[in-house]
Amino acid sequence: MRPRSLLFWAGVATMCAWVLVPIWLIAAGAIGGRQGVFLWPKSMLPPEFTFSALAVFLRIEGVGKALWNSVAAAAMTMAFATLLGTPAGYALARFSFRGQNAYRLLILLTRAFPIAILALPLTVAFINWGLYDTTLGVALVHTALALPFAALVTSSLFVGIPRELEEAAWIFGCTRLQAFVKIVLPLALPGIAATGLFAFVISWNEVFAASVLTVRERTLTAYLLTVLSESPLHFRFAGGLVLILPSVVFIFAVRRYLFAMWGIANR
Amino acid sequence: MQARPAYLPYLLLAPSVLFLAALFLYPLAETILLSVRTAEGFSFDNYRRMAGDLNFASALGNTFLLVGVVVPLQIALALGLAQMLTKITRGREIVLWVWTIPMGVSDLAAGLVWLALLTDRGYVNSALFALGLIDGPTGWLSYETPVTLFVAIVLAEVWRATAIVLVILVAGFGLIPKEYGEAAEIFGATPWQRFTRVTLPLLKPSLQTALILRTVLAFEVFAVVFALGGRNFPVLVSEAYVWQFENQSYAVAAAYAVVVMAISLAATAIYLRVLRVKPEARL
Repeated sequence: MRPRSLLFWAGVATMCAWVLVPIWLIAAGAIGGRQGVFLWPKSMLPPEFTFSALAVFLRIEGVGKALWNSVAAAAMTMAFATLLGTPAGYALARFSFRGQNAYRLLILLTRAFPIAILALPLTVAFINWGLYDTTLGVALVHTALALPFAALVTSSLFVGIPRELEEAAWIFGCTRLQAFVKIVLPLALPGIAATGLFAFVISWNEVFAASVLTVRERTLTAYLLTVLSESPLHFRFAGGLVLILPSVVFIFAVRRYLFAMWGIANR
Repeated sequence: MQARPAYLPYLLLAPSVLFLAALFLYPLAETILLSVRTAEGFSFDNYRRMAGDLNFASALGNTFLLVGVVVPLQIALALGLAQMLTKITRGREIVLWVWTIPMGVSDLAAGLVWLALLTDRGYVNSALFALGLIDGPTGWLSYETPVTLFVAIVLAEVWRATAIVLVILVAGFGLIPKEYGEAAEIFGATPWQRFTRVTLPLLKPSLQTALILRTVLAFEVFAVVFALGGRNFPVLVSEAYVWQFENQSYAVAAAYAVVVMAISLAATAIYLRVLRVKPEARL
């Protein structure tokens, strides 16, 4: 038993390293300074620890604002997608009704379409609606991308929660809403949190629509994309690290929900 | 059984339908119109221009190859990781957190991460140099090394996007009652039999969701490929990007978009059919 469990933990450690080592190495690239980028051969530790590249990057005009825009757009996307998607997911999982397949098709169609093109015809409409070059406008397009995820994931979530639990609540006198809030929602909440996480990540990751729909109110990805081609390597690594760090923190913040999701497994 | 108001499902769906009509159907219709409209009227000229382009065949082939390699790898890896998580008793919260970190990493950042590892003077080359396998800085990401460029893109994609599959599958694992596996064990099923005969069938709804999400997204692969190989590894969406911005031909870009959509729809239809879950078989 002992060698087997040793092997098991070695596997777990390897997979942790597979995730963490590349992040460490881009961080080393960002804090290793200019010399570090051109050093050959490289070592796991950068030759010097200097936050100058990162500091220079963050002090560049526009980076702080872009960072804030990214967070704001992602937070709005998360709220919109969860609020619009969860009821839809519930309807898909619990009811059979005319038009159900049409709705599913709509959802799949959304996901099956490249986002890049979706933003372009919207430019003119957004100028007319006063949404062009606003964070809200970016968040709306990102919601269009995240909403199908939200509906699909919550739907498969509700499918997994036995109908009988809800029916029992009705028999004991709960209304449909009460049964949902008291019985289904607590079971589904971790999954809904994960759905919100998807929405946040989708918005945070999105480059193209954000670049097309903004000029001054750039999100971080859009900003990075426009300056990337003329930036030196250590600057790019600093940009990459700044893109990664908040998401690491964010996932750490919601790990409790992921853990709660894990908790269902032990019922 | 409580009376079910017939309007309820429509009420629940209405907000999202209205939203998608304004921010998806409208621009979608615009794009399709764009792809079939030419100066003389409606025709398939834009599609002919697209198919006549030198890069079209390789972009199509590359995209299919990438999806065919990346998606099965991600599903297998995520299944393995999810299975491992069920056995971890201590520290699983931290392990789960670490494994889901790439979920927050944007494709742009993932491209930059693997660029840092795989450039001429990158860490992978340094390790190979230390092992005596190469003589000095070596390029892996140019058009002269299509195989290593492809491997690099696969690595970056698997590294970045397996976490989403993992979370969906862990959620699915969580909904499988433990008793099913225990019953199988009592009746003498081996761990492998329990996995293939009990876990996998019960995991079907989650697998279906994960496969659809990942496959469709994999067909849209763009930023990772662009960051690592530029135009050295053309894929469908990067070609659409090039037509849009370099050739300034929105119509051909739209035609590319329509092709990607058609392929993704077909893949989705196949998954829905093959992994269909009958309502009475649901947990």
